[in-house]
Formats: sequence, structure tokens, C-alpha cells
Amino acid sequence: MRADEVPQDNSSTYAGHKKLLYARDQHGTYTQVQSSGWDVEAAATQDAVALYEQLAEQALQQVHAGRRSPLLYHMYRCRMEPTLLAQVTGLCRWRVRWHFRAKPFQRLSDALLQRYADALNLSVAQLKQPAPPAPQADSP
Amino acid sequence: MTSFTHQQSAHCESGVISALLRANGLPMSEPMAFGLANALAFAYIPLVKLAGQPLIAYRLPPQFIIKGLCKRLGVKINFRRFKDPIAGALALDDALDQGQLVGLQTSVYYLPYFPEEMRFHFNAHNLLVYGRDGDQYQISDPVFEEPTTVSAKHLTRARFVRGPLAPKGLMYSVESVPETIDYETVIPAAIDRNIKVMLGAPLPIIGVRGIRFLARKIAKLKGSPQEQRLFLGHIVRMQEEIGTGGAGFRFIYASFLQEAAQLLNAPELERASTTMTEVGDSWRNFALAVAKECKQPANMDHALLAQLLLSCAENERQLWLDLRTWLKNRKVVNR
Repeated sequence: MRADEVPQDNSSTYAGHKKLLYARDQHGTYTQVQSSGWDVEAAATQDAVALYEQLAEQALQQVHAGRRSPLLYHMYRCRMEPTLLAQVTGLCRWRVRWHFRAKPFQRLSDALLQRYADALNLSVAQLKQPAPPAPQADSP
Repeated sequence: MTSFTHQQSAHCESGVISALLRANGLPMSEPMAFGLANALAFAYIPLVKLAGQPLIAYRLPPQFIIKGLCKRLGVKINFRRFKDPIAGALALDDALDQGQLVGLQTSVYYLPYFPEEMRFHFNAHNLLVYGRDGDQYQISDPVFEEPTTVSAKHLTRARFVRGPLAPKGLMYSVESVPETIDYETVIPAAIDRNIKVMLGAPLPIIGVRGIRFLARKIAKLKGSPQEQRLFLGHIVRMQEEIGTGGAGFRFIYASFLQEAAQLLNAPELERASTTMTEVGDSWRNFALAVAKECKQPANMDHALLAQLLLSCAENERQLWLDLRTWLKNRKVVNR
């Protein structure tokens, strides 16, 4: 890649940041060049983000229909999937899956709820609400 | 550590370790750190799934760059992991109070300065802490343009996430560096090792054979258009997203080869650098073709994508064979 071929597509995924690439200048010497984004890369990233948003949206509808628990919604909202949530909480995968159902979730002990809330960076009250938590001043 | 100056780099791990060595008085560019750690690789491991997608890597696993480089150069580095987040936070404060420059392994998701769309659950990010102001830590994240600050709460959270590649609060600092580097020995050794990873891995999922394996997989890709798009997008993300320096680290390695050519006065390496640049360009062509094919998911041309990937594999194989010849000739001359 030549330095003047480094893409500068101002990708929204970089949020105004620039990243560093290595490219050759006109003498063939490698130099560091900043890039403001590449559409090809941004499309792939946005696809991955959109997948989680779509899953969260589906989950939300199922929660409102009374079939699924808010846990499922919050998991996808936090860009996790069942395997990862099981690993982060240290619970068995099947048990986590069971808790995606509305009724078993309602019967969960406070200790287990707290464990899920910690894993998803929420309070127990927020975990029970099928809605995004109110933004805090210093939350990431 | 008042004299610390932030320097942006392409990749987090090679960026952190080269900055640590520079701060300890050993001149080291990022590509040189990457190359001397023989970090370039390829692996496609369908059995290991991360977020539902198979593991595809263009470099050695996390921590291999730091450990491999330090071993090759004789740098003493002190790694510490913690069970207890409070102990980990206190140890970090102690090290900073002593004026040390500390490297940390963290999650990306909990670092507030990351762009929203880049925040995924990736736990093997590396960054440097160079100071503390109350509960605000001064962070030099090598993939960003400027240093930044992070609160103690967020930093501790990012250091002690659980899950795959959990950092367990890993922190490291350099204890001693060698006076000089014997480039005549370490560069050929690193290249030799890298040839073995790319050509001689015992499993067909690593190195050049791994690239071919992935090409065969693409040729007979099945599933809904969305699944196919996500799989192909995943390959491109691993290749281009934060910290690869472009084309899955191939351009960083080409830069290393160029630097090595000058240090050893070896025109063969300069040629290899040019070839590696072409290899990188072919990877970027592949990414471009993926983006194009994904726009028309109904009639995706799998054969074309597989063909592009196979040509990447062939170009790389030729490059590593050339480097192997260079190493052999060099041994004969030196004898």
C-alpha cells in the first residue's frame, strides 16, 4: 500500500479518531500514516453491531409478549451471547438459557440476580426492567 | 515517569512493549518489536468460537508478542496477576508511586474512551499507565492518537472482567534491558522461527495451509445470506479492525523486513519487504471484494473470493520460501 492510497473515509466507527497504518512513501520507504477510516472495514464493524441490535430488538418484543425474561434483552444489549454470559457469571450454560424464560427468571434468588446484574454492569432493579438503563454521568 | 512521551502505534501489544523498551533506554520501533517476536501468523480454528464466529487470527495469540520478544532480546519483565481486584488496584498504585511505567491487559468494552461502535467483549487489549492523579489514571493507549485518563472504577472493571482470555488484572513492567542488541543473530532467528510457523505448522489450520483451508471453506459456504455476510465480515474485521496496521499485520511485517534489510545490509530482505507489501495488497483486495460481494448477498460469488484468498496463500508461501533460501545462503557464507 502506498501512503497516498491509505483510505481516508471518515468512518463513523472511529468516532473522529484516527488509527495508524504502515504504508510506503514515494521512495518505497515505510512510514506511519494516519487513517480516518475505511468503508470496507466500517461496513463489517457496523454489521456486527447491527446483529446485536437486531437480537436485542427481537428479545425486547418477546419480553413484552411475556415469553422471555429481561435478562435476554440486556445480554444482547451489552453485546454478549449466551456462551459469554455463562462464562462471565460462572454459571452453567443450560442454566443461563433456562433463565431466559420469563417465569423461571421471576423466581430467581436475589443472589443470582445480583450475579447477572454484576456481569451486565447493572443494578438488580435495572436488570428487571426491559429497557436501557438511564445513562449515568460517568458510565462508559 | 515524567519523561514519558506518548507515541501512536498500529497494534496494542507491539505498541506497548516497544514503548516500554524505549522508556527504559532501548531504542525499538513497533515493526521491529513485532518482527523480532516472530508475531506474524495465520490461524483459522473453526472449533474455537468467539461470539458465535470461528477464531481467525493473523498473529500469534495474546501475550506471545511480549513474551517472545523479551525472551529473544534478554529483557527481564515482571508479570503479575491477581485474584482480588483490590489487591490488583493497590499493586498498580504502588508501582506508579515508585515511578514505574506499567503495562496492563484489559477488556475493550469497559474503556470509556473507545468509540461506541468499537466496543466489543475483547479481553486482550494492552495499554500503558504512566501516572495517577487522585482516582484518575493517566493512560497511554498505543492505538489512539493522544494519551487519556480513565477513572479507577472503569479501569478496575476493565482489568478484572471474566470470560475468555480474562486478564485477571495482569500488569507488567520492565526490570532490566540489555545494553545492546545483536541484530546479526536475533533477526535471522526471528525470521527462521516465523518461517516455521507459516510453513511448517503440524496442523493444517495454521500458516499458509490455514489460509487455504479458509479459502476452501469460503468456496462451499452455506447458510442464510445474513450468516454468510457475518462470517465474511468477521474475516475482514479480524484483518482490518483496530490495531493491525492494515492487511492483517502484513504491512507491519513488511516494514520490519525493510528495517532489517538496512541493519543487516541485506538487499534480499529489501526485496522480501516489497513482496510482503504485495501480499498485504492482495489481502486488502480480498477485503474489498468481500465488501462488494456482501452488497449483493443473493448471488454471492464464492469462487471468486476463494480464488483471491488462494492467491494470498500462494504469494505468502513464495515469500517464506524465498526467506528460507536467504537464511540457508547466509549460513553457508558465514561458515
